[in-house]
Amino acid sequence: MAELKRIKTPLSDEDVMKLKIGDSVLLTGKIYTARDAAHKRLFDLAQKGEALPLDLTGQIVYYVGPAPAKPGYVIGPAGPTTSGRCDPYTPTLLSLGLKGMIGKGTRSKDVREAMKKHKAVYFAATGGAAALIAKNIKAMKTIAYEDLGPEAIRELEVEDFPVIVANDAYGGDLYEEGSKKYRRN
Amino acid sequence: MREVDYNIIVDTVARLCTEANYFLGDDVVNVFKEGLKKEESDTGKDILNQLLKNQEIARTEKIPICQDCGFAVVFVEIGDEVCVKGNITDAINEGVRKGYTEGYLRKSIVADPIKGKNTGDNTPAIIHTTFVPGDKIKITVAPKGGGSENMSEVKMGKPADGIEGVKNFVIDRVIRSSSNPCPPIVVGVGIGGTFEYVAFLAKKALLRDIGQRNPDPFYADVERELLEKINNLGIGPMGLGGRITALDVFIEVHPRHIASFPAAVNINCHAARHKSAVI
Repeated sequence: MAELKRIKTPLSDEDVMKLKIGDSVLLTGKIYTARDAAHKRLFDLAQKGEALPLDLTGQIVYYVGPAPAKPGYVIGPAGPTTSGRCDPYTPTLLSLGLKGMIGKGTRSKDVREAMKKHKAVYFAATGGAAALIAKNIKAMKTIAYEDLGPEAIRELEVEDFPVIVANDAYGGDLYEEGSKKYRRN
Repeated sequence: MREVDYNIIVDTVARLCTEANYFLGDDVVNVFKEGLKKEESDTGKDILNQLLKNQEIARTEKIPICQDCGFAVVFVEIGDEVCVKGNITDAINEGVRKGYTEGYLRKSIVADPIKGKNTGDNTPAIIHTTFVPGDKIKITVAPKGGGSENMSEVKMGKPADGIEGVKNFVIDRVIRSSSNPCPPIVVGVGIGGTFEYVAFLAKKALLRDIGQRNPDPFYADVERELLEKINNLGIGPMGLGGRITALDVFIEVHPRHIASFPAAVNINCHAARHKSAVI
C-alpha cells in the first residue's frame, strides 16, 4: 500500500490493472469534469443510442463543481464532490469505455461490479483540499452543457494531480479495508 | 437606544462570509497538526498534510478553502438596547450577496427545492436570531457545506433511552455517514427541546472552537467519551481508514417535555468554518 505512481491519461486496461487500493497516484493529462446533472444528460443520450458530446474511451471523469476563478486564475478551488450521486449513471458510462473516476466517498455495489467487468479504477481526491488541488489544474476548456454553470462538462489539463486508489479493478475497496484495519473495539 | 447603520450590518456580514471561507480557524489548524502525530495510516497522514497545505494556500491567496462555500448560516444576538436603521434580514442578505459575489465564493443555493434554479448570489441566508441584554449586536457567519449537512439527523426517542441512547444514536450516525461528510468531522449534538429546536442546538454546538467543552462536567465527559469512541471506529481521514475520524464532539442541551426525548446530530466537515464580529 501507499506506493507512489505517476500515470498519464488516457488510461489503458494495462494502466488500470497495475493499480491497487491504497496506491498514491499523480495524474497528468486531460480529465473531464461532470457532476450528477451532466451525468444524467450523458446517460439519457446513451439510453437513446445517440452520440455523446465527448468520447469516453480511456478517459477519467472528475466529480467537481468549482468555485469561480479569481482574475488571473485558471480555475477556482476545485475539490471533489460526493461520488455516490453519480452511481445510478456510472455503469452505463463504464460500458462506453470510461476508465477512471475521481471523487470522494463510497461507491455502490453496482458501480464496483461494473468496474471489475469493464476494468476501471476509482480514485479518491481529498475533499476540502480545493485550493491545493486547483494548483495542479493548468488549463480549462468547456466541452458541453455550459447552461449547467459549475456543473458543465469541462476538459481540464492536469499535472501531478494527487489521488488515492479507493476502488480497483480487482474488487478492492479501501473504504472497507482501511476502516477495518484501524478499527479498535 | 443605540442605533446601528444598515450598511454596517451589510459590510460586516460580507466580510465574515469571505473571512470564514478563506481563513480556517487556528483551533482547526492546530488540531490537524495534533492529528498528524496520532494518525497511524500513511494515507491518513498524507490527507492531513494536504489539508494543512490547503488552508495555507487559501489564507495566503485569499481564496476559499473548499469549493463548497456553503449555505450562509447566520447567528445574530441582538441586545435589547440597540436597533438597526432598516430591516436587519435585508441587511444580512445584502451582506451575503456582496460577500459571495465580490469574494469569488461559489453560489450553491437553489431558489425552489423542487423546481430548481440557482439564486445566483447564495441568498437567502439562514438566520437565527436571539435577544440578549445590552447594546451590542453579535453576528456569526457559519458557512455550511452540503456533503456533511446531508449526513445529519433528528431522532425523536423515548425518555427511557437516556444518555446511552443518545451515545448509540451519535455513533450509529457517524458509522452510517462513513466517508461522505469529509472526515475528520466535527460532531454537533443537540439533546432536549422540541423537534425543530433540537436541530438548532446541534447546529449551534458547531460554533464552538475545537477543544471547548460543555461547561457541565457531565456533558463534558460524554463529549470526551464520544470523541474517543468515534476515533476508534477506524473510518479515518476521508474515510480511507485511520485514527483521526473526528476532531471534536460538542453537546448542547435544553429542557424537554415530559413525554419527549429529541436528539439531533449535525455533522460538519473538517472545514469547520465560523467567524464572528461584535458591533
